[in-house]
Amino acid sequence: MSLARTLGVALTGVQGDVIEIEADVADSSLPGLQFTGLADATVVESRDRIRAALTNSGITWPNKRITLALFPADVRKVGSRFDLGMAMALLGAAKQIPADALNGVVWIAELGLDGRLRAVRGVLPSIVAARRAGYRRMVVAAGNAAEAALVPDVDVRAAENLRELLDWFLGLGPAPAPAQRAAEPSLDAPVPDLADVAGQSAAKRALEISAAGHHHLYLVGVPGAGKTMLAERLPGLLPDLDDDAALEVTAVHSVAGRLDAETGLIRRPPLQAPHHTASMAALVGGGSGLARPGAISLAHHGCLFLDEAPEFSASSLDALRQPLEKGQVVLHRSGGVVRYPANFQLLLAANPCPCGARPDDCICTPPVRRRYLQRISGPLLDRIDLRVQVDPVLHAELFETAGERVASGTVAERVASARAAARERWADSGWQLNSQAPGSQLRRGRWALPRTVIRPAEDYLRRGELSVRGLDRVLRVAWTIADLGGRTVPELADVAEALYFRSGASSWAA
Amino acid sequence: MATVGPMRVKDAVGRYGEELAASHLGQQGMEILARNWRCPEGELDIIGREDGALIFVEVKTRSTTAFGDPAEAITPAKAQRIHRLALRWLAEQRAGGNSLGNWSELRFDVVTIVRLAEGGPKLRHLRGAF
Repeated sequence: MSLARTLGVALTGVQGDVIEIEADVADSSLPGLQFTGLADATVVESRDRIRAALTNSGITWPNKRITLALFPADVRKVGSRFDLGMAMALLGAAKQIPADALNGVVWIAELGLDGRLRAVRGVLPSIVAARRAGYRRMVVAAGNAAEAALVPDVDVRAAENLRELLDWFLGLGPAPAPAQRAAEPSLDAPVPDLADVAGQSAAKRALEISAAGHHHLYLVGVPGAGKTMLAERLPGLLPDLDDDAALEVTAVHSVAGRLDAETGLIRRPPLQAPHHTASMAALVGGGSGLARPGAISLAHHGCLFLDEAPEFSASSLDALRQPLEKGQVVLHRSGGVVRYPANFQLLLAANPCPCGARPDDCICTPPVRRRYLQRISGPLLDRIDLRVQVDPVLHAELFETAGERVASGTVAERVASARAAARERWADSGWQLNSQAPGSQLRRGRWALPRTVIRPAEDYLRRGELSVRGLDRVLRVAWTIADLGGRTVPELADVAEALYFRSGASSWAA
Repeated sequence: MATVGPMRVKDAVGRYGEELAASHLGQQGMEILARNWRCPEGELDIIGREDGALIFVEVKTRSTTAFGDPAEAITPAKAQRIHRLALRWLAEQRAGGNSLGNWSELRFDVVTIVRLAEGGPKLRHLRGAF
C-alpha cells in the first residue's frame, strides 16, 4: 500500500475552497480506478482522460487497484479542473515521482488525452482562494498563465504538458517558467465618445450625474433619438476600477469563461447589454446544478444596459430588484446556493410606445402607451433616480460640428472630481458614493439640508407627486449635482434639477 | 391664405390675454424673464421674477364665463405638468449658463382674464395659486 496527497481548488460561484486529493495504490486487489468524496460525474469522467494522458506521456499505467479520494467530502467538486491534481497524486502513490515533492503545491488544470494541460474557467478566483488558505506554490496550464499571474505574491508555474512536469520532478528538466502577466490592455483603447452624440443636452447632463453618483438611469424617447448611443458612452465616463474591484470583476468573468488567454486585469468598468429575449438565467445567472453568473454579475462594477426595457419579461425585470438593493445575487439550485457579486449601474431605455413611431405618426392609443411603459413595474422604477425624456434630434443639432460638443474626457474629469468630493465628505460615514447614503441621514441627520433649500421637493411631497423614498433619491441626486458644480452643500437650484430628473419619464408616461 | 377657423379665434384670444397679463404684471413690478417658452413637453406662458421668487404664470383668457371661472381649467394634472415644465426650464437655463441671479422660491401664479362683449376685460392675479 502506498499513498500520496495533492491539492486542488473547488469553486462554488466565485468562492474557492482548497481541497485535498489522495491517491492510494494497493497491490493485493484487482486492477481498477475508483473515486470517493462527492465527485461530480464530470470528475469521474477524468478516469479515462488521466489514463490516456499518462500513457501518451510515456508513463506506464500502474496496473493495480487505485483509489482517488477528494476531501473534504462535503464540498461539491465539479468539472475537469482536478485532472492534473489527481494525475500527480496517482504518480506519487505509484512511486513514479517522489511523493513529498508534491507537498504544498496546488494543481489547477484539465488534461488532454495527449497529456497536454488545458486551460479551465475560474483560475483567478481559485488562486486567490489558495493564497488566502496559505498556499504559495501553484501549477496551471500555459493557457491560464496570464490570468493566474494577476494574483500577487504567489509562485505560479505554467506548464504545457504532463511530461514537462514529470521531468521537473525527476530532475531531468528545468522547472516550468513562472506565469507572466499579459500586458495590460491600453487604457486609451478607443471607446465611444460623448461628442459623437448630437444635441440631447438634458440626457447628457443626466448621464454625467448618473456617472458621478452611481445613480440608475431611465431614458425614454423615440427611436433614433440616440438612447443607445448615450448608454454605450456611460462606461467611458466612469473612473478606472481600483485593484480590489478589478480583481472581483476579473474573477467573475473568469468563472463565466469570458476571459481569453491574453486578457489582463479588467480595469475598465464593463458594459453588459443583454437583448430583451435573454432568459432569466442569462440575465441574473442560472443553469442546472450549480448556477453560473449572468449578465448582472458580468456587469459588476460596471453598467447593465437594458435596451427596449418594456420588452423584457416582467419576471426578469423584477428579478433585478434584489441585486439592486444588495449588490449581489443569491441563486438557489439543486447543486447548492451560489452568491455572485452584482453591484451594477442600471441603465434602462424605452420607446414611448410599442409602435415606435415619431409622436406625430404614432398610432398607439393612450391606454396602449400607458400599459407599455407600465411594464416597468413601480417598485423597479422607484429605484431609478434619474428619468429622462430623450427628445427627437433637431435638424440643426445633427449638423453642429463635433467640436462644439463636450467630449467624454472632459466629463470624465468632472465625474472624477465629484466622486472625490463625495468620498471625502462621507469618509467618516463608511460609504463612498452619494447613492449609498441612507435617506434618513439626508433627511434628518447630520446632512439634512435647510428647509428653504428643499422646499420644492417638499411641495412635491405634499401634493403627492413624490413618495418619501422618492424624496430621499432626489436628495441624493442633489448632492451629486452639487459635487459636480463644486459646491460643498446643495442649493435650491440643485434640488430643483434633481427633482426635474426624478419627475422625468414617469409623469410623461401617465 | 389662412382660413379663420374656430381654433384661430381661440389662439387669438389667448395671445391677447397673454399680452394683457404681461403688461399688467410688468406694471406691478414683476421682471419678465421669458414669454411663451416652448419645449416638446409643452409651453409656459410667462416666467418672471419678483422679491427673490421665480414665478411661473399660467394665463387663462375667456370671452365667456359660461364654462365657469377660467382658473377652473387648471386641473391637478395640468398643474403637475406646469410644475414639471418649470423644472425643465430651470434645468435648461442652468445648462445654458444662465444663473438667474438670486432666488429662493418657486411660485406658480394664475392670471385670469374675462373679456365679455361689453365692458373692459376683467383681470385677476392669483399669487401662489398651485
